[in-house]
Amino acid sequence: MAVLTRVLGSIDAAEDAVQEAFAAALRTWPQTGMPPSPPGWVITTARNSGIDRLRREATREDRQARAALLHAQRQPDEPTEEGPVRDDRLRLLFTCCHPALSPAAQVALTVRLLGGLTTAEIARAFLVPEATMAQRLVRAKAKIRDAGIPYRVPRPADLPDRLRAVLAVVYLVYNEGWSASSGAALVREDLCAEAIRLGRLLVELMPDEPEAVGLLAMMLLLESRRAARTSPGGDLVLLAEQDRGRWDAALVAEGQQLVRRCLRRDRPGPYQVQAAINAVHSDAATAADTDWRQVLALYDQLLVLSPTPVVMLHRAVAVAEVEGPAPALELVDHLDLGNYHVFHAVRADLLRRLGRRQEAAAAYDAAVALAGNAPERAFLERRRAEVDAR
Amino acid sequence: MKQYLLSIYQPDGPIPSADVLEKVGRELHALNEDIKAAGSWVFTGGLHDPASATVVRVRDGEVLTTDGPYVEGKEHLGGLWVVNAPDLDVALGWAERASRATTLPIEVRPFHDRAEY
Repeated sequence: MAVLTRVLGSIDAAEDAVQEAFAAALRTWPQTGMPPSPPGWVITTARNSGIDRLRREATREDRQARAALLHAQRQPDEPTEEGPVRDDRLRLLFTCCHPALSPAAQVALTVRLLGGLTTAEIARAFLVPEATMAQRLVRAKAKIRDAGIPYRVPRPADLPDRLRAVLAVVYLVYNEGWSASSGAALVREDLCAEAIRLGRLLVELMPDEPEAVGLLAMMLLLESRRAARTSPGGDLVLLAEQDRGRWDAALVAEGQQLVRRCLRRDRPGPYQVQAAINAVHSDAATAADTDWRQVLALYDQLLVLSPTPVVMLHRAVAVAEVEGPAPALELVDHLDLGNYHVFHAVRADLLRRLGRRQEAAAAYDAAVALAGNAPERAFLERRRAEVDAR
Repeated sequence: MKQYLLSIYQPDGPIPSADVLEKVGRELHALNEDIKAAGSWVFTGGLHDPASATVVRVRDGEVLTTDGPYVEGKEHLGGLWVVNAPDLDVALGWAERASRATTLPIEVRPFHDRAEY
């Protein structure tokens, strides 16, 4: 109760949570059998369901409560999750992300069973009807049962691939929240917070996996800029133009500390390098102070680990800062990314800087046509208008 | 213990050369020995090509027998295994070896528990 009271902030909340946990135990243990450590199970379940309730009750305006959830770190004297309970969550996580399940099913199951969102909340977050999301979850659980997907942590031989899938699911959730693929809002805060919570859980469960640490670091550094990324009017504000005073210093500090931890580990991977790139940006007091050569060097490293056109596109943006827009445009024009709105936006910006206004306008048009959400579209349309006006 | 069907998806068209087939045959033999040693083997067999197929159907009480496979497609069922396995990951392990040996995609599908019949 002490642990729960501290975590949940009140005895009432703790008592409610414990009640729910016991009720859940009475429902499930007859079928699943007793967990190895019943007290640990109850504590963890109560803590998680209590946090779930806090989340649901915290309104959008209740920034303090939301900040608490985002920053929720283990207190020094709080007991770590008992071994068997931790193992249970790990098993559940890998089961949810089994390759036999479709990516959509993996995401839905993970967010539902390991995250705290209800089916209705997940449906809203991913812009599908609730009935559709409910069906997706039902079918996923049926597949686990019918196909005999095992409830275990994968063997060492399978672990690298399976861990990559888990990280990809968490990143997918964050990405969906960061740049909503459609709709009016630019960012869905709930999803970002959910992804970060899962990221923290991953690091807690697998502290020796540097890519898990890298993913969390990257998400924290991105999240630190969320407030600055939209103007009060809801317009998109690019990194170069953001008021860095609005960055969340605590998240920046934590993200950078995790990046340093990764560097010490010296087992680089794509998420760690992306985190390091973000750390370089977070280091700069103003946009002009950005160490673009360092950013470019990191993109060179990322390209070796993850040689994809999208990485090449983002690297070209760094090339433009170090070598100028012309060599960058040369690189971008060789990329086959015609369906990606960012490709056209980057091209448009480079063309604009080179004074090729008509081509820039055409590229902005292409970007607008492909952009997924209203603030991004509005931003691109403003840029296009600036090109026309001159 | 569950039972799984492992199906080989074979593209239509000419079969590989004798050399290739011999290598595949050797690897499949080794795989089948391992499946048997593990106590997982139920059945395995390779199929003649779709041209050798005949389809029987009953419509309005009348039996219709036609030449050729049931489904015309770009791929056909080339062969299959039935294996016992405690869970999907074990079945997928056999499927990976089958895929490497045949260089072809392998579909893994669970059978209904026989208790359900």
